[in-house]
Amino acid sequence: MKVALFVPCYIDQFYPQVGIATLELLEKLSCEVHFPQGQTCCGQPLANSGMEEDARPIYEHFVQTFAGFTHIVAPSGSCVYHVRHHYDLLGDESEALAVRSQTYDLVEFLTDVLQVDQLAAQFPHRVGLHQSCHGLRGLRLGSASELMEPSFSKVRYLLGMVEGLELVQLDRIDECCGFGGTFAINEPAISTKMGKDRAADHQRNGADFITSNDMSCLMHLEGVIRRQKQPLQVIHLAEILNGVVR
Amino acid sequence: MSEHAKKAANFIADEPRTDWHDESLWFVRTKRDRAAASVPEWEQLRQLASDIKDNVLSNLDSYLEQFEAQARANGVQVHWAKDAHAHNEIVYTILERHQAQRMVKSKSMLTEECHLNPYLEERGITVIDTDLGERIIQLLEEPPSHIVMPAIHLKREEVGELFEEKLATEKGNNDPQYLTEAARQHLRSEFMQADAALTGVNFAIAETGGVVVCTNEGNADMGVHLAPVQIHSMGIEKIIPRAEHLGVFTRLLGRSATGQPITIFTAHHQRPRPGTEMHIILVDNGRSEHLGKKDFRNSLKCIRCGACMNTCPIYRRSGGHSYDNTVPGPIGSILSPNTDLEAHSDLPFASTLCGSCSDVCPVKIDIHEQLYKWRQKIVEVQGLPAAKQRALKMTGKILAKPKVYQNAGFLARNFLKVAPRFMVYNGLNEWGKSRELPEVPKQSFRKWYRRNRRS
Repeated sequence: MKVALFVPCYIDQFYPQVGIATLELLEKLSCEVHFPQGQTCCGQPLANSGMEEDARPIYEHFVQTFAGFTHIVAPSGSCVYHVRHHYDLLGDESEALAVRSQTYDLVEFLTDVLQVDQLAAQFPHRVGLHQSCHGLRGLRLGSASELMEPSFSKVRYLLGMVEGLELVQLDRIDECCGFGGTFAINEPAISTKMGKDRAADHQRNGADFITSNDMSCLMHLEGVIRRQKQPLQVIHLAEILNGVVR
Repeated sequence: MSEHAKKAANFIADEPRTDWHDESLWFVRTKRDRAAASVPEWEQLRQLASDIKDNVLSNLDSYLEQFEAQARANGVQVHWAKDAHAHNEIVYTILERHQAQRMVKSKSMLTEECHLNPYLEERGITVIDTDLGERIIQLLEEPPSHIVMPAIHLKREEVGELFEEKLATEKGNNDPQYLTEAARQHLRSEFMQADAALTGVNFAIAETGGVVVCTNEGNADMGVHLAPVQIHSMGIEKIIPRAEHLGVFTRLLGRSATGQPITIFTAHHQRPRPGTEMHIILVDNGRSEHLGKKDFRNSLKCIRCGACMNTCPIYRRSGGHSYDNTVPGPIGSILSPNTDLEAHSDLPFASTLCGSCSDVCPVKIDIHEQLYKWRQKIVEVQGLPAAKQRALKMTGKILAKPKVYQNAGFLARNFLKVAPRFMVYNGLNEWGKSRELPEVPKQSFRKWYRRNRRS
């Protein structure tokens, strides 16, 4: 299957290993992965700050870059949610509609499109799963704790295929990490406190690693953990699924 | 820094207290979860409630007229108030006619919104809030910090000290039962002396012309049953079409608010008792205008359960007063810009857009979507602080041009790599004050890709 890889801007710049893991994992699963070189960003930082109109050229550029691919995959629930949901600004133009509906978070691409049922991955550690809000409540990658519906989680399903991995039970299973894009800068006190509380939940329950399908949440949690010198590490889901051994 | 951010930082400065506040509200959220889970058709109920409210908002004019006609036929005096001032004037006129000196009032966010208490007090009328939480904050001269639990920000020791000063309770006695009994005795004498009683309204039924008031303390009923004049103040959006719809909402309200199957008292007031007067005041105060805003109108579906506050990770850690609005939290952040966008423009930004509020809402208001839309509106109307807007505009230009983006990324990464710590973690860096920045990798993904995958 031919797949276009979208590597969000901050992953490209700060977490290249996440892009590499995603690429390698997709290749292992027999995808022909393309990385359109002109790609930049989904435009979310501007739009969430209320500057949706200034983000329009970014949206148009994104659509132009990825038009023609039937599957666009990114290791970020938040960016995918933004493309799928907030590119409604571009109206009913067919190319934009196609790109929106064909952009997938890595998790749902693995479970829903490739329908993966086994992976050759080992990760013999105690892991806490941080649910990204946009992945969970935006893309509905799992059941949210607020909704009274049958419980499911596409991320847990995938982690269940990893040998040796032990998922720890958290006290609050899907509370926000406090990143929120520019919120982290605009409301530093609350944002940091939310991050501290989230990291503490993982630590209290015995996790050695925090994983998530969103690197932006992990970037925030990592910033808090390193400042507090907590014995925790963050690792993107793609790295675990790709079989990185630590 | 925004007003909310400043007030939040102030609240968080006392971290143990913040944790206590967060835990108290999270406890209510988990109670709500258990109560909701006990109803197999919970999600269908939410949908039904949302649909009924959508119908109401689309036919509000005719339901209001039907309600008015029915209430008048029941012998109720119906008044229309176009704004807060008109509402307060109507209340005062009624009280004046009856030479009322003391009025007892059950919880009503609408009268908070209209600032009724100071209006009446300036005119020599004593107003006694009779909901326990409301009475506590009234004695403290503070606004409510939550719409269902107005004094949730206070510890019992603080209530003990307050009662010692105001109600002459024993020094140092913080026993909740003792304090509640003291409040009960105090309020009882107020009920007996009251010349008039005012209540808020949870639901008004168009078909019957009756209003429904939900409380846990029976204080609304106690006031209304004893006073010769009863007044019910309601926002015009409180209408539901028929009595048979009420059960949908009462099943959702108590469970969403506090995790109770139903509020302890659900009182139906339909007509005045012989020899007394019953008034209903229908208040607009910006609601008609709000109804005309396509993207924002469905926030008028709100039944004031407070579930979005209990679930909000920001509200729980910043306290209700940080919002500086009668209705705080997520719902307050989308209601308040309707009435005064300038004054409340910081509130839609006081969110990570995590979406928990929308999923917990019993009438399915798309709260986090509206927060996002308000942000667009606010920037359109008043812009962002100049420096921030310039920086973001520059970012936008960079991100629309791949060549420029690649160079900018290279510069940013390399600046982080070589800059000394004090330059990266300086006072201007709101991230770096409390969190480490990401470690800088040797190369970007793009560079790796060129080396490893492209010939």
